[in-house]
Amino acid sequence: MTPGAADAGRPRPGFSPTRVREMVRKELRQLFRDPRMKRMLIGPPLIQLIVFGYAVNTDIRDTRTAVLDRDRTVASRQLVDALTSSGYFKVVSYFERPDEIVNALDHGRAAISIEIPHGFAAGLTSARGTSVQVLVDGTSANSANIAQGYANLIVQRLGLDLARRAGAAVPPAGVDLRARAWFNPDLKSRAYNVPAVAGMIIMMMGLSLTSMSVVREREIGTLEQLMVSPLRPAELILGKTLPVVFITMADLALVSAVAILWFDVPMRGSFLLLFTGSLFFVFAALGLGLIISAVSNTQQEAFMSMFFFFFPILILGGFMFPVANMPEFFQWLSLLNPLRYYLEFVRGIFLKGAGLAALWPQLLALVVMGPGLLALAVTRFHKTSA
Amino acid sequence: MRNALSLGRLLAVSRKEVLHLRRDRRSLGLAFVLPAIMVLAFGWVISFDIRHIKMAVYDEDRSQASRALVDAFTSSSYFVVTGHLDRYGDAEPLLDRGAVRLVLVIPPRFQARLSGGGPAPVQALVDGSDANTATIALAYARGIVTAYASRAVLGARRVAPPVRAETRVWYNEELKSSNMIVPGLIAVVMMIIAAMLTSLTIAKEWERGTMEQLASTPVHPVEVVFGKLLPYLGIGMIDVLVTGFIGDVIFAVPFRGSFLFFVGASFFFLVGALGIGLAISAATKSQMLAIQVAMVATYLPSFLLSGFMFDVANMPTALQAIALFVPARYFITAVRGIFLKGVGPEVLWPYGLGMILFGIAGLTLATRAFKKEIG
Repeated sequence: MTPGAADAGRPRPGFSPTRVREMVRKELRQLFRDPRMKRMLIGPPLIQLIVFGYAVNTDIRDTRTAVLDRDRTVASRQLVDALTSSGYFKVVSYFERPDEIVNALDHGRAAISIEIPHGFAAGLTSARGTSVQVLVDGTSANSANIAQGYANLIVQRLGLDLARRAGAAVPPAGVDLRARAWFNPDLKSRAYNVPAVAGMIIMMMGLSLTSMSVVREREIGTLEQLMVSPLRPAELILGKTLPVVFITMADLALVSAVAILWFDVPMRGSFLLLFTGSLFFVFAALGLGLIISAVSNTQQEAFMSMFFFFFPILILGGFMFPVANMPEFFQWLSLLNPLRYYLEFVRGIFLKGAGLAALWPQLLALVVMGPGLLALAVTRFHKTSA
Repeated sequence: MRNALSLGRLLAVSRKEVLHLRRDRRSLGLAFVLPAIMVLAFGWVISFDIRHIKMAVYDEDRSQASRALVDAFTSSSYFVVTGHLDRYGDAEPLLDRGAVRLVLVIPPRFQARLSGGGPAPVQALVDGSDANTATIALAYARGIVTAYASRAVLGARRVAPPVRAETRVWYNEELKSSNMIVPGLIAVVMMIIAAMLTSLTIAKEWERGTMEQLASTPVHPVEVVFGKLLPYLGIGMIDVLVTGFIGDVIFAVPFRGSFLFFVGASFFFLVGALGIGLAISAATKSQMLAIQVAMVATYLPSFLLSGFMFDVANMPTALQAIALFVPARYFITAVRGIFLKGVGPEVLWPYGLGMILFGIAGLTLATRAFKKEIG
């Protein structure tokens, strides 16, 4: 079957599935020789999914609140009650003096403070109205922004309510905004982030496993041995990538199962479509990993180069921060990023139940980029091994 | 039996490590370039102040009042009205395709109800697939509608609203995202870079077989650990200064606190992080495995469980308990305190102490793991 040693170094005719199979067997054996590696292929994806599922939450709850109530009336207490009963705020301390508030914010013991002035209750019914001071710790800009909005809304609503009860001629609420969220009615961040974890894991696994594998052979010196064997570059690359394709697709299945069964993420679309798109995305990750591998001399170099690509890809892909919120230049730049298309694709399938009719542009981009990057890797490989 | 520790041998190990580093030019270059790239990418790309949200309007009332409400949306910088719909059914495909984030529906008789004393209902259909942006967009919409309503209703009657909330934001007056991201990022970058630099160094020696040679020399494990750590500590400290400089100069993040305290806290944090990388390296003995472990052990917790972007206080109790053991969390609090709040040791001393403890813990861990493996 396999050509003899006399053929080594010459263009080898034909493409041999047997050689590829042997190469795959060698790779799998090498990968799993260390039993800890097996655990690393299952454990981390699960840990990442669970941490992302639970940790990534940008809505606020129980914000640590300090209160300085100079009024001490029924009305002022009702205001504090309204804040706490909303669930967004939790009073951690009552203060007597303003400098205590400064101190609490400095130490991070409170993230927001409400100061109710003397004469608050009386001011409610007066023509000029009254005001409360809200101080927000802006170091966490996002939470601060949201907390400030809720505090404003609660204060305004309660003010109208209290004034009306006190008998003031207060106009009724003018406009009533009723919100309806589509695709994700409870506005849970989880439904948005968990499907995307699949994309991150494929990228990370694909990049790290492939970028290291060729360099490793080069470092240990076994690449020379492979070169003098009758393996053709395409066969070598197939042998190197197929195991990683299996592993990443298995991880994808695992992650999807946990997302659907444990996190109740809605899966509204087609599994077949998900699988197809994922496969092409895996190709893109592997291609990139192989290119890194081909131009690196040591595993250290490969590892660092991998991070050089991984983080920009992750961030510009819209993993946690939607592409639409980025500055325009980066929105254009992200058009080159396979992860961007894959995330739109995965979220479309999971949350919107979109089919090929809506997702064909994303799929097309993946079909072009995946095999394209792999082909580029093959040519790079030719050059370096020649 | 080996004799007492010697500084000379320690420095010899360092010199050997420096030689290795100098031969691997690209890794060395990346060790300096990567942190800068990460700070720039995060700082420019991540923005929580969302503007120009695309929206469509379905106005069934077509009155002066309804047009004024739409004007209120367009004149705010938060929304861009990209289309006016003729049918309610047109909203769905627009949201499906992601062409707009929000559709404002103004039902008939809006103006009549408003002047009749309200409440006049309007509807906001929002694409909830990105919950965070949706929450923020809704908050903006509420704010605009509330302001419009009080103008419309109160303006006619000349009554002041009963209560106004006068909000002031401290430490980050304009709520700039980069002010929040960049100081936190310094911690995340340090953790990742430190683990990346050291997690391979011992595993590499195992793979190449040079560890046996090292073990047969009179070098003590403590000397190996400290010696290997020293050059990376130098790289890491330069990275701290570079990232801090980029934050301060390019992103105009205010630096209000003590520089000395910043450098001190970074130093001990780095020692701890490098130590953890060395421990991983010694325990795994394989570069491939070391990488996988290092990524999970450093990147994930320091990114997610540190309060870098997601408040730990909003997480489930079990994760909050785990987050108590994430060193990056304390370092981030300290760095933000130094940059934005301008507080010093008088407030942050527990964090400084925590960093020193982390440094000691990292070194102990590394030495232990190394001793165990070298037997």
